[in-house]
Amino acid sequence: MQILAETQGNVVYLHLRGEIDEHNAHSARTKADRLVERYAGSERAIFDLREVSFMDSTGIGFLIGRYKRFQRFGVPVYLTNPTNSTDKILEMSGIYTLMPKV
Amino acid sequence: MVNTMKLEIMALGENEAFARSAVAAFALCLNPSFSELSDIKTAVSEAVTNSIVHAYKHSGQHDTLSIECRAEGDEHGGILHITVTDGGCGIADMEKALLPFYTTLENDERSGMGFTIMQTFMDGFSLESEVGKGTKVSMFRKIGKKSVVATMDDVAVKERADAGR
Repeated sequence: MQILAETQGNVVYLHLRGEIDEHNAHSARTKADRLVERYAGSERAIFDLREVSFMDSTGIGFLIGRYKRFQRFGVPVYLTNPTNSTDKILEMSGIYTLMPKV
Repeated sequence: MVNTMKLEIMALGENEAFARSAVAAFALCLNPSFSELSDIKTAVSEAVTNSIVHAYKHSGQHDTLSIECRAEGDEHGGILHITVTDGGCGIADMEKALLPFYTTLENDERSGMGFTIMQTFMDGFSLESEVGKGTKVSMFRKIGKKSVVATMDDVAVKERADAGR
């Protein structure tokens, strides 16, 4: 799983790429948290899930974990471009009430 | 047609992707749609991850887990049965374990959605567990448009799953 940050004005896009499961979420957490710190002054953060090829419930924990960190800096978080299967899990978990889909 | 597969792997995180891909590859004999396949992969990933993360956490060693699949049908569809069995610590409170968002590893960013996802993404689900002995998750998924007459076993599994909700 890879994470790439891209800024557009004062908005940070975090592009997730690859498979998110319990095993590969470990290293991704550390990297994602460094990016949260770096972009703590953003107006908002948007996770782009277009290139997530697989995600299980680990992904829910991963996104909520990063959401909590962004919250500390008062940065609202949004989700965008989930594939159908990713959307199904996210919808089911109720995560869109915390991080709206845009 | 009946086709079966049995896989025994070490309970290692490295095997999570392998396990779900192997089951998905086996399921191809029933010619599933992309979305059926992705549901199956997700459910298998949840079951296998549970065994890897929870079952052997006390012993600290990586034991094995087994995945058994049985496909009934043909290229027009059918039914896929999957069981995931470990010989780990077992689940002390199964009722709680099945609740959405319940996790015994609060500080670990676990969503507690594993069993809920297995129940939602599959057509039948049952859980057997004994503390100190291990846990067995049985699931099945109907594949394709061909109408499938559930066997008596399936009905029993489905009823147990409903009772557990």
